[in-house]
Amino acid sequence: MLKIENLHASVADKPILKGLNLTINAGEVHAIMGPNGAGKSTTGYVLGGRPGYEVTEGSATFNGQDLFALDPHERAASGLFLGFQYPVEIPGVSNLQFLREALNSQRKFHDLPPLSGGEFLKLAKEKAGLLRMDMEMLKRPVNVGFSGGEKKRAEMVQMGILDPKLAILDETDSGLDIDALRICGEGINAIMRKPDKAVLLITHYQRLLDYVKPDFVHVLAGGRIVKSGGPELAHQLEEHGYEAVEGQAA
Amino acid sequence: MTDTATLPTRKSEDWRYADLAALEKLWPLPEAEDLTVAAGGTYARAIVQTGGGVTQLRLTLEAGASAALHILNTGDAYGRVEVEAILHEGADLTLGAVQLASGQGTAEIVTTVRHMEPNATSRQMVRSVAGGMATASYLGKVYVAKGADGTDGEQSVRAMLLDRTAQANARPELEIHADDVKCAHGCAVGELDKNGLFYLAARGIEPARAKALMLQAFVAEAFDGAGDEDHLRSMAQAALEAML
Repeated sequence: MLKIENLHASVADKPILKGLNLTINAGEVHAIMGPNGAGKSTTGYVLGGRPGYEVTEGSATFNGQDLFALDPHERAASGLFLGFQYPVEIPGVSNLQFLREALNSQRKFHDLPPLSGGEFLKLAKEKAGLLRMDMEMLKRPVNVGFSGGEKKRAEMVQMGILDPKLAILDETDSGLDIDALRICGEGINAIMRKPDKAVLLITHYQRLLDYVKPDFVHVLAGGRIVKSGGPELAHQLEEHGYEAVEGQAA
Repeated sequence: MTDTATLPTRKSEDWRYADLAALEKLWPLPEAEDLTVAAGGTYARAIVQTGGGVTQLRLTLEAGASAALHILNTGDAYGRVEVEAILHEGADLTLGAVQLASGQGTAEIVTTVRHMEPNATSRQMVRSVAGGMATASYLGKVYVAKGADGTDGEQSVRAMLLDRTAQANARPELEIHADDVKCAHGCAVGELDKNGLFYLAARGIEPARAKALMLQAFVAEAFDGAGDEDHLRSMAQAALEAML
């Protein structure tokens, strides 16, 4: 589904990613872990197409398409969902308006007719239910006045409604209490644990991985993947720290 | 408020950014509207000016009276809304304004709020968007008379430029002759928040729609609490979309 080869990327002319290789197939859940400054968030932003994140070398192919040839909204419409570590607040625009615009914009990209108000509300209600989010919250402006946990749950509701093929979730577990962590974890499984979908979790900690079991765990350090393994690698990291595990790899 | 006897020139501070050629065609201006809200009374009004013109309102709030004015000033011509408000003891004025200037248009909101007696409050919120070759200006003076202690006057002024060729001017001004006064003004001119635009794009929203939504967000709070909030918002939204 996603094939990243020898990816180099810079932010403000400073090289952050230095030869990242990663292949994600349909049906798989991957986790990228790593210390601060390793390039974890940059990986997500580069794939999502955030302005200011410049690809200097290498390629990323998403379902056979050159990802970097697409604008950010086209990447999203092609089935890439980027979950934000810090979701943006948009006053004066309700979650429902935002999501309906987003969904219909994606449908238009695929030459599909827009969903009617009724059809959309039914879908929104179903997905909000998965994340135990009250519909009243979706009538409020996007992320305004939401707690950290509510913002992350709202992101997962967005993911449910937009129904992507690949979700790249950047520290979805940060700012979550134990209950919210479980609800988000279960939401990710319900929405994305399917044979035709894939997930890339970007995280510092093992704890989200207790709920969303990864098939592969990668350690990112210095802008490259320095070690890959199964779920047991996350436990090793949690126990021994990044330095010890990186040391082994070297 | 403007003296209607002679056509102003740019030397006059209140007309510095005006489109004087357009003004000349409207000259002489009709008499300003005079309104008094009786002691303890309330008043609400929405002024919608699309496609230019000059609206002048002189408002007197007697003791304990309150007024909420909401202004939508849009178009590609010369549109100016002037409000002079005189606040007596304990009066309260809320002014929320959105102006959207496009093409070669000039949009202006000019306010003078006079706190003549103690404990009156005024809150002004002005959101301007200018695109093309247009100019959007806010000139706002808060005057606090001697002895008008306990005054609370606030001005929040923000402008957004859609094009490099557009212009915004903001001149919040305070003239205070009392001691115990709280007056705050904030003003910023900027471009659309790039984080917000990327967030919308990352959900699949096309660039033009993303801009429209961010502008909707930008002007939204100016109409908070207006009686016909939804109507004003949708009119503003339609005008915004026409600008993109």
